[in-house]
Amino acid sequence: MVEDRRMGDLIAYVILTIGVLIVAFPVWLTFVASTWDASTVINGEMPLYPGPYFLENYKRILFVGTSSTTREPVAVMMLNSFIMAITIALGKIFISVLSAYAVVYYRFPFRMAAFWIIFITLMLPVEVRIFPTFKIVSDLNMLDTYQGLAIPLIASATGTLLFRQFFMTIPDELLEASKIDGAGPFKFFKDTLIPLSMTTIAALFVIQFIYGWNQYLWPLLVTTKDSMQTIVIAIKKMIVTADALTEWQLAMATAMLAMLPPVFVVIAMQRLFVKGLVETEK
Amino acid sequence: MAQVTLSNVKKVYAGGVEAVKGVSFDIPDGGFCVLVGPSGCGKSTLLRMVAGLETISHGEVAIGERVVNQVEPADRDIAMVFQNYALYPHMNIYDNMAYGLRNRGTPKDEIDKRVKEAARILAIEPFLERRPRQLSGGQRQRVAMGRAIVRKPQVFLFDEPLSNLDAKLRVQMRVEIKKLQRALGVTAIYVTHDQVEAMTLSDKLVVMNAGQVEQIGLPAEVYRKPASKFVATFIGSPPMNILPGAVDGHGIVALGDAIIEVRDLREDLAVQAPVEVGLRPEDVEIASEGQAGSLPFDVEFIEELGATQLFHGKLAGQPFVMQAATGEVAAQEGRLWITVDPDKVHVFDPKTGARLGKG
Repeated sequence: MVEDRRMGDLIAYVILTIGVLIVAFPVWLTFVASTWDASTVINGEMPLYPGPYFLENYKRILFVGTSSTTREPVAVMMLNSFIMAITIALGKIFISVLSAYAVVYYRFPFRMAAFWIIFITLMLPVEVRIFPTFKIVSDLNMLDTYQGLAIPLIASATGTLLFRQFFMTIPDELLEASKIDGAGPFKFFKDTLIPLSMTTIAALFVIQFIYGWNQYLWPLLVTTKDSMQTIVIAIKKMIVTADALTEWQLAMATAMLAMLPPVFVVIAMQRLFVKGLVETEK
Repeated sequence: MAQVTLSNVKKVYAGGVEAVKGVSFDIPDGGFCVLVGPSGCGKSTLLRMVAGLETISHGEVAIGERVVNQVEPADRDIAMVFQNYALYPHMNIYDNMAYGLRNRGTPKDEIDKRVKEAARILAIEPFLERRPRQLSGGQRQRVAMGRAIVRKPQVFLFDEPLSNLDAKLRVQMRVEIKKLQRALGVTAIYVTHDQVEAMTLSDKLVVMNAGQVEQIGLPAEVYRKPASKFVATFIGSPPMNILPGAVDGHGIVALGDAIIEVRDLREDLAVQAPVEVGLRPEDVEIASEGQAGSLPFDVEFIEELGATQLFHGKLAGQPFVMQAATGEVAAQEGRLWITVDPDKVHVFDPKTGARLGKG
């Protein structure tokens, strides 16, 4: 039996290792490519170990940028992406906590209608309503601004639904105990609901931050200035298809940099995030 | 400390469902009133109306001299203990107890004094820094009580506070609640569906059924002289036996072939009028065969309860249960002869269920 279990463990490890290798190899390749010079990458004989140009490449891409395609250092783009992602994540949490609170705890006329209107926005992501949304943003003179980048992406129902489901699991007695303890609606929200929602908030933050960071289509439309472009767009711009020479080592370095913030967010919030998704105990 | 007065209190839900159909009674200052009844009888709704968690559709609730119909729960000077305790899971025990006081702006040192005092009374001092989830059911129950005590309310409201505890702990906490309420002298209203809790805790027992009060009285009174068949079968375990019978003259009813005397029977009833006769399992005495007024009881099986035994069988063709101290009656199946004290026979109207007593 012991032998059998060892065999089982071994097989499990082998399969997991293969899985990890499949996922990790392209990342490794990206990293390796970002540490060689342009000609080594281009001629197709790039070794599978890191080269000597790590510092040089990253320094250049972070503070100078590519020579022709993006014209801005990647540090600026990372800042843009970061501001956009964090605004989307925090904005969405703020709006969805409040709207879920209203829908769950208040009895007002057309409450369910309001809920369903919020609900059907699930079927209308930015891609579907892109033209009217663009028109509104441009009429409001928000093109090439952070507001223009973030606000249209804040509006969506996922967060509201998540918090609604969570609030509905909170026993009514807690609200009643708060009432008897003299806590009004706002105090109940602040003292009880928000602390209890922390793990859910963390989970939503992680998801929304990554969602915001990875945005491609919308930033492509609303940003025209180089100084406003986000890092995801920059990667695309760096990979030139015609006429010019793609500086692969710089594009790869940018890709590596683009991966870092989401990775940090996930690692930092991992514990809360997992709790928020699986925990049911109140 | 205050008296609580309910005058014709009704609860009508949207859609016209009447959960509470006009209830009036009062609880004297320092009294312990238990509302008991089956689930859905409106007892919790009534309690929640006193607490201010449900609006009062009709009638008045007064605490002390003040009508509180329009007063917010926090301003009614009440404290409530919930069935699932409703402790704030993210706060430690100290904060759980202090929260209500903080909200009303009680000075910090006063809060500290009261919380420590309550913790001492309830023996939960070692847990003040812990979270509710780190405590056992009984300890959480104490914290919930503590949260009520620290507010020094005029009225304690208990909504089935013991039903989440195991049987042993329930008995223990029951005693503690009663002791505590006596010591603090605070008026209490306690909702339960457990008739043992109802009997032991109350000095005013309110039996409810289908939104109405069936009987109000001292527990012993309710037990000895139930006002209706519902009360008779609800209070007491095992429940009272109900047998169909007929009036056979003044103070006499017939049960099948046998006749028994009844002390408390209305005198204006026609002979042959059908009635229902209630006999408590423990109010039955063993007689010798053929003794005057004795009834044949065919025992079919016997349940052991330790101190007592339950004899299940048939009396006058109807299912019947008798309770006797172990050893008092030979525990064997077969025919027994029994008599009943005329003082302990209850007669009810078969249609309305009302007691057909002298008044």
